[in-house]
Amino acid sequence: MRKRGWSGTGQWIALQTILFKEIGRFFRIWPQTILPAAVTNALYLLIFGALMGQRIGPIHGIAYLDYIVPGIALMSVITNAYSNVVSSFYSTKFQRHIEELITAPVSEWAVLAGYVGGGVVRGLVVGAVVVATAGFFTQLQVAHAGVLLAMGTLTAALFALAGFINAVYANSFDDISIVPNFVLTPLVYLGGVFYSIELLPSWWRTVSMGNPILYMVNAFRYGFVGVSDVRLDVAFALIGGLIVLLLTWAYVLLRRGTGIKS
Amino acid sequence: MSALLLRDLRKTYGNRLEALKGVDLEIPEGEFFALLGPNGAGKSTLISIVSSLVNKTSGRVEVCGYDLDRDREAAKRCIGLVPQEVNFNQFEKVANIVINQAGYYGIPRREAIVRAERCLRQVDLWDKRNVVSRQLSGGMKRRLMIARALVHDPRLLILDEPTAGVDIEIRHSMWEFLRSVNRRGTTVILTTHYLEEAENLCRHIAIIDHGRIVVNRRMQELLAEVQTQRYTLELKYPISQVPVIEGYAVEREDAYTLIAEVPPEGGVHGLFTRLAAQGIEVQGIRNGSSRLEQYFMRLIAESGDRDGAGAAA
Ligand SMILES: Nc1ncnc2c1ncn2[C@@H]1O[C@H](COP(=O)(O)OP(=O)(O)O)[C@@H](O)[C@H]1O
Ligand SMILES: [Mg+2]
Repeated sequence: MRKRGWSGTGQWIALQTILFKEIGRFFRIWPQTILPAAVTNALYLLIFGALMGQRIGPIHGIAYLDYIVPGIALMSVITNAYSNVVSSFYSTKFQRHIEELITAPVSEWAVLAGYVGGGVVRGLVVGAVVVATAGFFTQLQVAHAGVLLAMGTLTAALFALAGFINAVYANSFDDISIVPNFVLTPLVYLGGVFYSIELLPSWWRTVSMGNPILYMVNAFRYGFVGVSDVRLDVAFALIGGLIVLLLTWAYVLLRRGTGIKS
Repeated sequence: MSALLLRDLRKTYGNRLEALKGVDLEIPEGEFFALLGPNGAGKSTLISIVSSLVNKTSGRVEVCGYDLDRDREAAKRCIGLVPQEVNFNQFEKVANIVINQAGYYGIPRREAIVRAERCLRQVDLWDKRNVVSRQLSGGMKRRLMIARALVHDPRLLILDEPTAGVDIEIRHSMWEFLRSVNRRGTTVILTTHYLEEAENLCRHIAIIDHGRIVVNRRMQELLAEVQTQRYTLELKYPISQVPVIEGYAVEREDAYTLIAEVPPEGGVHGLFTRLAAQGIEVQGIRNGSSRLEQYFMRLIAESGDRDGAGAAA
């Protein structure tokens, strides 16, 4: 039983080591990891919100700019959480220092938690930067801080996990940009970031309901402005289910050494 | 207790290549052990299975008494690995590589920093602690990997071709360092294809070829066995027939050249005397290849004959 005690503390220290290494990595290269999101999103806010938004009426009684800020922030959370893990874990594999973790007595859970945790922190940091930038354009209010934080964190975790799985299967640097460009970006843009699905024709609205990102964006927006196109319990159940699914998938891949061990 | 125990270890890679064909090996704690073999023999495969980098196909591995399948975490804690090729983050600073490694082994950060300093000083890299590791020379990178492998005080240090591509001077100081690590009680296993390295450093040697252990014995015994020396004799006058001389194996290479194997009890003088008695006069003599090298070549040739498929490779 003494062994189990060591193992617990040891795994915790290993997890912290990986997590701090991951956080240190993206902060060290902040012009590549944090700055671009701040600049791009400031432009979105300027063009869609401040300039064009005045010609677009309020949605659900909320000024257009205020309506799109949460979606834009969550979009940054998603892309940053994903790309942090996919590029960091892929280069760990590519440069072979993944071998340090495989030979060490680090459990698969600690490896997963360390990398995914790094992605979550990056997602949330960039999300916070975007929200702070929005403060220059509008007076933001927070209706339900708990929902906001919970949905932000869970979304970051889900896409960090997805990035991890992408990195495991990737064999080239091309492989780590296919999913973000051709799957993630369309889903995010069609996920109700810039509009309410009530504005859509009914068939398109039905199709949109199959997009999981729609639920996350709406629940996250609810945290700010208090309105949502979807039910919150459905949104949380959905993201919870998806996280369990991807977590299991990622764990099995690591356990088997897929893409890592011969 | 054995530091390493292998029973019928087999590995077939995805491309159906049989890299290990049933390896049995037992290495007691405290040993300084050489695993010698030509390129492609299966050395790295063996090491990689022991250190969890490669999945075995079948067989049993025990490290310091811990079965790799049942007690992998405990087994891993006993091993320090210096791989054949650089596998640290080349964009990371030297000190961080060693400190993080300690973290992966569950060592709290405060202590990790102390240990990293100790290990880096041991391999003369403390001055380079803040350098980005990509900028180190080849020899320094190797030493960094040794420091990294020692930071959690492993009972078994495994080095895969540690001195390949390292210049002579550094090689000798590395040998000295490894001896001192072994004197402090750490079992050391190294793979090499330099005979000289095995001969100089190790107390026990196994030769692996085409995925099989073909020799496994104490270095002293091996040396005694191969003390038979090989000489090339240049003759003054041509001969047409191979002279038969008791106690020596003599071959004729051409009319003016003989190859003779001289056992330790015979001596070169005895050979010359007997040749002279047959009217053969020796004009020059050249030393053949080193004892172990010769033995090594013979083993490889023999095992190639036995294993028809392997001979072509
Ligand atoms: N990942 C791999 N996939 C397929 N074959 C491999 C792999 N690694 C090594 N081999 C093959 O296994 C054999 C043994 O290789 P290796 O263990 O690296 O030998 P050594 O370290 O003694 O030079 C070689 O024929 C090599 O080509
Ligand atoms: Mg090798």
